[in-house]
Amino acid sequence: MTRMSGWEKALRYLLLLAVLALTVGPFLWQLSTSLKSTTEDIYTSPPAFLPAHPTLDNYSGVADIVPVWDYALNSLKVAVANVLTNCVGAAMAGYALARLRFRGRKAAGLAFVMALLVPLESIIIAQFTTMRDLELNNTLIAVVLPGAVSALNVLLMRNAFAQLPYEIEEAAVIDGANVWQRFVRIGLPAVKGTLAVVAIFAFMGAWDDFLWPLIVLSDSDKFTLTVGLNYLHGTFANNPRLVAAGTIIAVAPLIVMFACLQRYFFRGVGEGAIKG
Amino acid sequence: MSRRPAAPSSRTHRAASPWLFLLPGLGVVSAFTLYPFLTTVYQAFTDTRTLTGGSWVGLENFRTMLDDEQFTVGLRNSLLYVVMVVPCTVVLPLLLALLVRKQIPGVTFFRAAFYTPVVASVVVVSLIWGWMLDDRGLINGILTFLGASPVGFLGDQWLLLFSAMALTVWKGLGYYMIIYLAALANVEPELHEAAAVDGAGAVRRFLSVTVPAVRSTMVLVGALSSVAAFKVFSEVYLLAGPTGGPAGQDTTLVMLVQRVGTGLNGRVGYASALSLVVFAITLVLMLLVLRADRREELG
Repeated sequence: MTRMSGWEKALRYLLLLAVLALTVGPFLWQLSTSLKSTTEDIYTSPPAFLPAHPTLDNYSGVADIVPVWDYALNSLKVAVANVLTNCVGAAMAGYALARLRFRGRKAAGLAFVMALLVPLESIIIAQFTTMRDLELNNTLIAVVLPGAVSALNVLLMRNAFAQLPYEIEEAAVIDGANVWQRFVRIGLPAVKGTLAVVAIFAFMGAWDDFLWPLIVLSDSDKFTLTVGLNYLHGTFANNPRLVAAGTIIAVAPLIVMFACLQRYFFRGVGEGAIKG
Repeated sequence: MSRRPAAPSSRTHRAASPWLFLLPGLGVVSAFTLYPFLTTVYQAFTDTRTLTGGSWVGLENFRTMLDDEQFTVGLRNSLLYVVMVVPCTVVLPLLLALLVRKQIPGVTFFRAAFYTPVVASVVVVSLIWGWMLDDRGLINGILTFLGASPVGFLGDQWLLLFSAMALTVWKGLGYYMIIYLAALANVEPELHEAAAVDGAGAVRRFLSVTVPAVRSTMVLVGALSSVAAFKVFSEVYLLAGPTGGPAGQDTTLVMLVQRVGTGLNGRVGYASALSLVVFAITLVLMLLVLRADRREELG
């Protein structure tokens, strides 16, 4: 690789810092706003980037006007359920599509590909009427169900299982292990990496989702964080400190998760885009 | 990629077990994606409302659309979103990927930091931007300090829409950057160096070495982002409000679907017809991008 000149290096770091300010700056500004006390002017010019007297009052304040911790719990329930159903459902379906031979396999695979082509936004009203017919509207179950096993995840798992060498199951077959035992003892451990990617994106997708919970939830005590934040913003838009505290509560867990599990995030994006 | 033949034991397990494996996935996808899609197609030709079943009205909903000013506005805004957002989304993340490609100290940190907006919910980032773009927010605070007059970003129909587009591009930067990084990993550095030795400048090298090498990835990013841009909902909904900004002029097509189809007296039939339009245009966009790719290949 060619050596970089001092100038080029300096320019690179300058650009990197500029983009850093652009991408992370807004989050820090929001954090700073959330820590400013009610007596501090938040509209100064030039803007004050650091709170004069940092306080957590806004975090308790936001919990006084909307049940923000209940919303967080609802989001957590939805996200955890989405992880479990996607991991189990997608792994099972992916295993069958990749490793088992049976009549109708092609048709089953096609069903998932077709589902992938239907944009969620174009069926959301029909999903809503489906949930109403099942009398599930306004429940967290209804929030989870439509994405409980996503077609993309099934196809990702199918690709992961398809790449396993055929020999690894042979010994188990000779030992007389049945298909469920092979799936659990040999298949699953071999695709742990992809499974982690599915889990992480299922968690993030559910935690961040907005349109569907907005449509299906009507009681404010059932709200997830995103819908609750929209409600908070609509009702208390004139108090940016409280809204800022709410957004930080919503985004902090994901940033922590991302910081800890970075490499899976990056693997997932690459794989999802190229193979999906 | 070719799939290997299944393990020879297929005959030993009962024929039912593959279907047991498929049951949860196939069940969810059929009940909550494929069945609602068929319902949408059917209801688009009825006058169904939220609380009342409808009857067949033929093409009535599609005729209504032609006279519906909100539909024209929504279609215009959603298409404009594609036209404005996609070029930025194809080019900017590629430049960003080139910037973080070289293994220089600290680059892993920068890569991760640039990805932060992707991890955050669209609701969170929209509220953050809404506060920054406020009449008395951060950006106007800086403008005033520099002696400029404040800009009413969120009060003007067009400024509002452009702000939402900028937000969409900003939120996607890190996501597409990673896709480009994966593609760039396959470009041989020797090509670049040979071009550099030949005296090609940075811009020249970018256009004649990098772009051809990642062209298929650019097409993929173009396809992904045009479909996503056309279906925009949250950014505009949160910045402009549920009614779509001044006089509803910032309504997008998916916002219209949501507004028309929900509520106690939602016009489900009409919303389904609008949904079909969303579906059809999404498909057309994908085909267009893929065709553009093929033509370039031939040419």
